[in-house]
Amino acid sequence: MIALRHVSCASLLLVGGLAVPVLAQQSQESCVTCHGSFSDARLGGPVRAYTEDVHAAKGFGCVACHGGDALDLGMTAMDPAKGYVGVPGREELLLVCGRCHSSAGFMRRYNPALRVDQVAEYRTSVHGELLLERGDERVATCVDCHPAHAVKPPSEPTSSVHPLNVAETCGRCHADRDYMQSYAISTDQHDKYLLSIHWEKLSVEGDLGAPTCNDCHGNHGASPPGVTWVGNVCGQCHSVMAELFNKSRHSQVFAMLGNPGCATCHGNHEIKPAGDEMLGIGEGSVCGMCHAPTDAGGMAAAEMRSLVDSLKFAHAVADSLLSKAENAGMEVSQAQFELSGATTALINARTGVHSFAVDHVREAVDEGVEVALSAQARGRSALGDLRFRRLGLAVSVGIILILIAGLVFKIRQLEPAKARQT
Amino acid sequence: MNTRKETLSRIGDWLDDRLGLAAVGELARKKDVPQHRHSVWYYLGGMTLFLFLVQVATGILLLFYYRPSAEDAYESIQFLMAEVEFGWLVRSIHAWSANLMIFTAFLHMFSVLLLKAYRAPREITWISGVALLGLAMGFGFTGYLLPWNELAYFATRVGTNIMEAIPLIGGFAGHVLKGGEDVTGATLTRFYAIHVAVLPMISALLLGLHLYLVQKHGMSVPPGVEREQGSRPSMPFVPNFLLRDLVGWLTALAILAILAAYFPFELGEKADPFAPAPIGIKPEWYFMFMFQTLKYLPAHLLWIEGEVVGILGFLVAGLLLLILPFLDRRSARGESSRLFTWIGVALIVYVLVLTFLGYTASPTQ
Repeated sequence: MIALRHVSCASLLLVGGLAVPVLAQQSQESCVTCHGSFSDARLGGPVRAYTEDVHAAKGFGCVACHGGDALDLGMTAMDPAKGYVGVPGREELLLVCGRCHSSAGFMRRYNPALRVDQVAEYRTSVHGELLLERGDERVATCVDCHPAHAVKPPSEPTSSVHPLNVAETCGRCHADRDYMQSYAISTDQHDKYLLSIHWEKLSVEGDLGAPTCNDCHGNHGASPPGVTWVGNVCGQCHSVMAELFNKSRHSQVFAMLGNPGCATCHGNHEIKPAGDEMLGIGEGSVCGMCHAPTDAGGMAAAEMRSLVDSLKFAHAVADSLLSKAENAGMEVSQAQFELSGATTALINARTGVHSFAVDHVREAVDEGVEVALSAQARGRSALGDLRFRRLGLAVSVGIILILIAGLVFKIRQLEPAKARQT
Repeated sequence: MNTRKETLSRIGDWLDDRLGLAAVGELARKKDVPQHRHSVWYYLGGMTLFLFLVQVATGILLLFYYRPSAEDAYESIQFLMAEVEFGWLVRSIHAWSANLMIFTAFLHMFSVLLLKAYRAPREITWISGVALLGLAMGFGFTGYLLPWNELAYFATRVGTNIMEAIPLIGGFAGHVLKGGEDVTGATLTRFYAIHVAVLPMISALLLGLHLYLVQKHGMSVPPGVEREQGSRPSMPFVPNFLLRDLVGWLTALAILAILAAYFPFELGEKADPFAPAPIGIKPEWYFMFMFQTLKYLPAHLLWIEGEVVGILGFLVAGLLLLILPFLDRRSARGESSRLFTWIGVALIVYVLVLTFLGYTASPTQ
């Protein structure tokens, strides 16, 4: 039945001469003349919305997708013999959109940087599989994410696929409990994502490179990451952590236990900022979820936490001393620059935790502590200099005051009070 | 004891034969300073001179470490402040005494202006004094860039751009001064040469002339005091006035030490020509009244750009200030000259108000 639908759809498009990409048209179409006059949203809405569509900007008209004869002013313009396809069906959309978007030769004339594998990817997605193999027309297809007649590029802030709008676009279905009921998947991803550090980076800090739904799940080929390759998804950005994790024993153990890699400790949609409290076996630690304080893993976790804390403390002391000296007007910028080496070491130590090897963490911590101690010494020296300066100032001003008093005395000697008054 | 005295006396005689020291001593002994209710203003010239000498001394010390290139300038100052013994003190005193010197020079000029000390025969003393104040501001403008930090870099860009708006010569002068189209390392080396060679040389000549004229004509007595009846007391310059001068200088030194120890001049961030200019870039305080005036001018006044009108206005005002003794004919005749008194007061109020607005008004106004 599904195969039959494919064939009939393709035949219709072939008959209509739409199997090859169409060229942009500049002239006014008869479709716009009639449909533009309809106040009805269904008939007139598309014409009004289309004025802001990226395809309209490139010069494509209605017939590019709907077929028909744009020069015919009568109802015969919508004659199937003239290639008119009307409103494409859910599955037909792949052919309608893919006709241009899957053709590298055609697309390079309009947007050479745009990929042409969207339809191919879509066929591999959960959406595509459900639509094409099970005939489930409730799943998302092209126009659900790129609204027909109002398609805008992702760079456009009002676009449904702009990074700031992607979560809302996906959430329109995935956060709708009633709509998603038959799929037996949770609907809290959207709400959880809005609590994550990724959304905070994106929405508060305006970092458009921060991940949203499609960055982890893929966009046209959307599907949930597999348990064994979650790390590859996170590793797109967190590459060093992912590499260390993949080499670690935990990578294999997690896979055996069916734990989803990074998400085991960090969660998936509601990813909170990673903090040192996650390390160790105390309250709030994630290691403690599996390890006991007395087992080898628990002791290693506690030791790693202790190492990281020691570097953090040394760094904080150095930073405080240098800030105090700087606020007092001492020149400590070189020492502050050198302390950034300890900051880097702290980052390396925290990253090194993903190797789950104490020695790896210790190496970074030792390096950082050495730098921090050197900065502490420079901070103390600067504060010592400051005390010396103030003491020197007091002595100098004292000497100057004595000299001034001597001069005043001398003037009084030279000019007795009576003479000064005259 | 006698032998020692005799030796010193012989050395003194030897030097006197060759340098004429007795004549200088005689001159100093004869020099008197009038005493009246405005005498306090006489100390400002000496105070400015003292601060200039502090500048020269600390400037020479800074030269030992400063490296005038875009690559090294900032780092050399950083090294001086962090690593060199008392380097921080030398730099801070240099920077603070520069500001205090310009402040006392302004006070000195305004006191001379209001007391009409510019009248004949002291016209050239006035002209050389105003020129010296201009040179001091030139020292400030060129010296400000030398640490090659962010604020100085962008303030210099603004300053040189304003200068380029001067009709006819502005473009050429700006190009020569900057050593190109923009403020670069070439500008730094040019400013350095001007700061440590060109300006000191001209200043030394003008200062020599100024001091010679002060010595030649003596201290001016204000016309109001001159018109008063009765005897006018005076005090010997050496040692009475000189001792008082010394008290002022020592006080200035103590203030400098306190400022340097408690408010050391910050170095800030190194200049990055590719970084965006920080918001609210401001020039040094002594240029603020001019900078703020230019901000208040409309884009166009008739058919001329507002900025050009403002710059031409300041040039004309500077020229009028320079030839003031020749404009105030009443003072020259020893008569009361209220108009010029009010012009002087208006000038002081204008400078004060615009400077205040420069630091308090929104950067976008």
